[in-house]
Amino acid sequence: MNFRALFAALLFVPLCGFAADTEFTIVIKDHHFVPSEIRVPVGQKVKLIVENQDATPEEFESHELNREKIIAPKSKASIFIGPLKAGKYPFFGEFNQATARGVVIAE
Amino acid sequence: MFGPAIIIFRETLEAALVLGIVAAATRGVDRRGLWLCLGVLAGLIGSAVIAGLTETIAHLADGSGQELFNAAVLGVAVLMLAWHHIWMASHGAELARDARHLGTAVKDGQRELSAIAILVALTVLREGAESVLFLHGMAMGGSSSLTDIFAGGALGLAGGAVIGMIMYLGLMRIPLRWFFSVTGALLVLLAAGLAGQMARFLIQADLIPALATPLWDTTSLLPTKSLLGSILHVLIGYESAPSGMQILFYAGTLAIIIGCSALVKRHQSEQLLKPTQA
Repeated sequence: MNFRALFAALLFVPLCGFAADTEFTIVIKDHHFVPSEIRVPVGQKVKLIVENQDATPEEFESHELNREKIIAPKSKASIFIGPLKAGKYPFFGEFNQATARGVVIAE
Repeated sequence: MFGPAIIIFRETLEAALVLGIVAAATRGVDRRGLWLCLGVLAGLIGSAVIAGLTETIAHLADGSGQELFNAAVLGVAVLMLAWHHIWMASHGAELARDARHLGTAVKDGQRELSAIAILVALTVLREGAESVLFLHGMAMGGSSSLTDIFAGGALGLAGGAVIGMIMYLGLMRIPLRWFFSVTGALLVLLAAGLAGQMARFLIQADLIPALATPLWDTTSLLPTKSLLGSILHVLIGYESAPSGMQILFYAGTLAIIIGCSALVKRHQSEQLLKPTQA
């Protein structure tokens, strides 16, 4: 009987995996985020793919999203965020704070 | 010049505060200076190595290599702090007694100091690798002169060192009666804070659920990046928007370290009370 419960539980594992597959790509170019505004669904885990096209490293950082990650030059990195409540979540590039600014809007 | 100075200051602050606390906490243990210097040196060398390997690490584990690496580094640091605290539970009384007599030092503290040296090395490494990457990126970017970058870096480093020194000197003024209780409590809170950060990296890599995100949000009251917020972040693990899972890791670490230390202490006093046989 325990096996049946375990099997039933395991059946849901792939579903959990798929649920996280909403992806958004942000490009870093000339120390700017493009796009600088990303609209994501409320209450859902989202995968941000940040692609740094510059020749210098950048640190994606957000206090509101509670995230920080270094993105090496000319490479991509993924960051999981959420599930979020409705609202605005600003983020910035720590190494180029004057220009690298953006916001995630959960709606 | 001030742009780099501020960033390097933020990176140095955490390592400097931790160094200030552990330098005070190991008061009275033989050859602590040597071990602390070894830790800093190993951390600096490690920073350069890790900065050079950034891209390699980033590509591991499907783009989550950096999170796993950070989580592992933090996990080892938490273990070292736990070990230190439990060691203190059995040696604290001895240290407090010996520290009163100038020149005497606890001799069997070497293994314990190696744990502290590892902790220092890992702390310097985490913050140092980011500093190296940032300074290297600035130098490559070409928008500021090398002199400006170098001067800014040195200024930031000096600023961090001053705060670490203030922490150390401030702690050393605490009367011996309470001294090891205070440093012990600081180190347990530090460990809990690091465990919370570890949880954040595991959530960011989607390895564990975040539970409530965020559990609360005090960003408008006290942002983590303000000076007071940064200091509290290092000291007690303050975060303005933590997730439920981080709080679980935080509370769990507190409970395990305090519980284990209490068990060791009780075991020790039982041993002392037992009549000695042959």
